[in-house]
Amino acid sequence: MYAALWRALPGPVWFRILLVIALVAGILFSLVTWVFPWVDSLVNNQEVTVQV
Amino acid sequence: MTGVLGELLITAGVLVFLFLGWQLWFNDLVVGGRQQSEALELREQWGPDVDVPGEVDPASFGEPVVSAVPADREQFANLYIPRFGADYVRPVAEGVGTRAVLNTIGVGHYPGTQMPGEVGNFAVAAHRTTHGAPFNRIAELRIGDPIVVETADGWYTYRFRTLDYVPPSGVEVLNAVPAVADGQPTDRVITLTSCNPLFSDAERIIAYGVYDSWRPRSAGPPAEVTAALGNG
Repeated sequence: MYAALWRALPGPVWFRILLVIALVAGILFSLVTWVFPWVDSLVNNQEVTVQV
Repeated sequence: MTGVLGELLITAGVLVFLFLGWQLWFNDLVVGGRQQSEALELREQWGPDVDVPGEVDPASFGEPVVSAVPADREQFANLYIPRFGADYVRPVAEGVGTRAVLNTIGVGHYPGTQMPGEVGNFAVAAHRTTHGAPFNRIAELRIGDPIVVETADGWYTYRFRTLDYVPPSGVEVLNAVPAVADGQPTDRVITLTSCNPLFSDAERIIAYGVYDSWRPRSAGPPAEVTAALGNG
């Protein structure tokens, strides 16, 4: 899968490497900004208060 | 086709570890830093610090002033615990709603428990892990450690006394005399609650402190918090 994606990228090798770095940075940014907070709101229910 | 499936599974595994790193480390740094700067912004509304030369006898300030009960979710105090870090300060808001207060503002004051400096129990809760983890190092407190609460009226210094562990239903720790039903309070205590053990909420860890001294805002901050105010 990743090999096929690599072959699908245009341009010479140095340009593809830059492209991959930019894509990974973009994916990490969206994960931290949107995806992880959303997942966190679904899974994190750790209670710290005492209650009846 | 098995190659694709393997790559997808590896990707899923990497994503899970990335999420854990974000939840247990990176997001704590981001949210913790935001809580700290919010606390420093909050205290700016209370006016500049007065630099009082020389040491003043705390007894000369008389009985501590008790602030009015704040509105729901209102940030009304700052909490300084040097044991958690020399520059440690977190805002305290009224209410202990997970989403409204604990996940965002930081420390929540149990409604119905007493205010700082009041005879009885000033009880607060905060996360021990995730969402800035204000009480991450609660189990490291040592006897006599200062726990300083700042409000618009002044500074209230408590001294850590003991830890306790209770089930999640252990609401008696919030009593005016902690763990005593219908007790008539004569002491001023502070109660911190968080989850126990780390990364679980099967129990609650409770830290008790007893009142030590009070300073009005006009007397300047106590020596215990000067490191936290250094960059403010």
